[in-house]
Amino acid sequence: MKTTPSASSLMSRENLYFLVLAALLLLVFPVLLDAFRLNLVGKYLTYAFVAVGLVLCWGKGGILSLGQGVFFGLGGYCMAMFLKLEASSPEATASQSTPGIPDFMDWNQVTELPWFWQPFHSFSFTLIAVVMVPVILAFIIGVAMFKRRVGGVYFAIITQAIAAILTILIIGQQGFTGGANGITDLRTLMGWDIRGNEAKTVLYFVTSGLLLACVLLARHVLGSKLGRILVAMRDQEDRVRFSGYDVASFKVFVFCLAAALSGIGGALFTLQVGFMSPSFVGIVPSIEMVIFCAVGGRHSLLGAVYGALLVNAAKTGFSESFPELWLYAMGALFIAVVLAFPNGIAGLYQRYLMPLEKKILGGLGKAANTPPTAAARRMEETP
Amino acid sequence: MTRAKVTAPGLKRRLGWAGLLAWAALGLPGISVADDVNSTGLAVTEDTVKVGILHSITGTMAISETGSVQAEKLAIEQINAQGGVLGRKIEYIQEDGASDWPTFAEKARKLLVNDKVATVFGCWTSASRKAVLPVFEQYNGMLYYPTFYEGLEQSPNVIYTGQEATQQILASIDWVVKEKGAKTFYLLGSDYIWPRTSNKIARKHIEKKGLKVVGEEYYPLGHTQFNSVINKIKLRKPDVIFASVVGGSNVAFYKQLKAAGIDLTKEKPLLLTISVTEDEILGIGGENVEGAYASMKYFQSLENPNNEAFVKAFKERWGDDIVIGDVTQAAYLGPWLWKAAVEKAGSFDVDKIREVFPGIELKTAPEGYVRIHENHHLWSKARIGQAQKDGQYKVVYETEDLMEPDPFPEGYK
Repeated sequence: MKTTPSASSLMSRENLYFLVLAALLLLVFPVLLDAFRLNLVGKYLTYAFVAVGLVLCWGKGGILSLGQGVFFGLGGYCMAMFLKLEASSPEATASQSTPGIPDFMDWNQVTELPWFWQPFHSFSFTLIAVVMVPVILAFIIGVAMFKRRVGGVYFAIITQAIAAILTILIIGQQGFTGGANGITDLRTLMGWDIRGNEAKTVLYFVTSGLLLACVLLARHVLGSKLGRILVAMRDQEDRVRFSGYDVASFKVFVFCLAAALSGIGGALFTLQVGFMSPSFVGIVPSIEMVIFCAVGGRHSLLGAVYGALLVNAAKTGFSESFPELWLYAMGALFIAVVLAFPNGIAGLYQRYLMPLEKKILGGLGKAANTPPTAAARRMEETP
Repeated sequence: MTRAKVTAPGLKRRLGWAGLLAWAALGLPGISVADDVNSTGLAVTEDTVKVGILHSITGTMAISETGSVQAEKLAIEQINAQGGVLGRKIEYIQEDGASDWPTFAEKARKLLVNDKVATVFGCWTSASRKAVLPVFEQYNGMLYYPTFYEGLEQSPNVIYTGQEATQQILASIDWVVKEKGAKTFYLLGSDYIWPRTSNKIARKHIEKKGLKVVGEEYYPLGHTQFNSVINKIKLRKPDVIFASVVGGSNVAFYKQLKAAGIDLTKEKPLLLTISVTEDEILGIGGENVEGAYASMKYFQSLENPNNEAFVKAFKERWGDDIVIGDVTQAAYLGPWLWKAAVEKAGSFDVDKIREVFPGIELKTAPEGYVRIHENHHLWSKARIGQAQKDGQYKVVYETEDLMEPDPFPEGYK
């Protein structure tokens, strides 16, 4: 990788922004917010995982997926299954007709733990499944679609259909999945009570730490040659293909990566909220996740984190202050984003704050705002 | 009196966001005196007590839950007009669950932890109740839950003011068998836990009588194509269609029944529903359900002085066009039951109230007399109404005695 002076200043600048986010998450919020609000922020941050994934596959790779809730939900369900099994010890469920299985199975006259629940007794299996189940599904979808060169709007519609299918499947198989109620009443993780304030604070730090790690990982991917191929594919797919690259494989990879991130977010969501239900899997939450990303700025990893935080904080704030009108306020916010600043918070920042900053710093980061097509241009140079 | 420490629950909290600021601006819950009336630091002052209302007023459930919100507000206003509870005026804090289950949990936590409300009236769907349940148990709050539901639950932190499944089903099946000579049944419902549990209970009861279930079918929530099941019904000719289709699907279902030539007023087959209240008929249209029977504990048309006063007050407060369904009435019971319990306990403490619950009665309930059972459900009468063209039900039957709530029927526990 060539490091031009402008690129290195870009890196340091990005490092600074990253440090600001890290300080905000790890210092400012924990000091300023009480346990209840901190737990809410923790919940919002789990959506930021999905938004970061969307920056990779939509903002950079040009693959709009309206089904990220599927992966978020799968990750969350994997975690919920483990926690539910732990909460359904034979002692705790002694009053059931079949002790030792989750309560909803007992109500649905299931008398034996289904085979696909069995491995979730193991925590290490669960951790792997949280990432791998979404990745495997993403891989299957990706191979089936991208190898056939299905893209754009068609791909978005198909992902949306998958979100709908999975919701119907979960609701329909309530003996095995908990149905519309979801998997509820989760209590402990390896004997550690996850419901108390202290546990929520610990989980908040775990979430923040993992999110920062995921942002770094995503940045690493984007900074590599792979990242530039992604951008090039988004801008001129055919040229990349004619240059001899296997476009489909790159697409599958980035789609799987986004799915893995969503799965991690979903698992952390389950831990913090204490249950998982099909309402996070379907079409509406999937579209909401795209909105988080769009509000933050779909080209910016950090913007996506801020977008998830801002939209969710606004949702909570508006709905507490104006319980009867808050949806209108949210609607207005989204319309404003689309009409007035289509590149989201990150775009606003680049347009208004960056020049100001430049003035102050005396043109230190002159070439910092590399337009996305520059990468594509560089691509053409490398055979 | 060494325990008599003066605490200000909100002050220790570090300032958060706008919501918290707004809450602070509205006045911190006043210095609460730790005495017998309130020894757990609830938002109770010398002359006010804060309670929470937690329903969806946005999203898909808003249409159903609005009636409950209106009923709870009306009850609170009426109680305040009579002097409040233990001499304190009730102030309510309303939160929107937004038809979204984690939001319900989030708001429940806010009400209990930040606002320190003495009690919460709220939730509608089972999913939302399941989502808030751990929160109420963790912080020892008390929830008054108004909807008829599947049972299989008995939390020390919930009072269930609607019917549980057996109360709705057993008497109504006895009635169709005895009065209408029904022998065969077709069970049909939306696909989630309430219809499935209800049909399980119904099937057991039917088969115990030596009668027959000729079909049982479920459709996803929001399903709108019922033609195939209607054809099957025409083919198998059951005496009774036992329906627990919920929400918007009802509109399609009843319209398609009518279009397929099944006239419910002819009662061949007879339709018995446990899910269509006066609220749903507004959407379906009276002409489409005319003739169907519903098993509930309350109908707006009930003729008794309590109900006449209730309907009049409700219309004065919320408008003449309004209809009152079963759940709305059950929601109205919440604040009144809470008041009765607080006054009997002489305290707002949840633990003290819980001790006095069994036997708390309400003689002024619009549905008649109700009493709280040891299992936190209500003793109440079961009733059957027949849908009229104008969207109201005509009551055709009510049980003589109060029916005992049985949230864990045989075969479930």
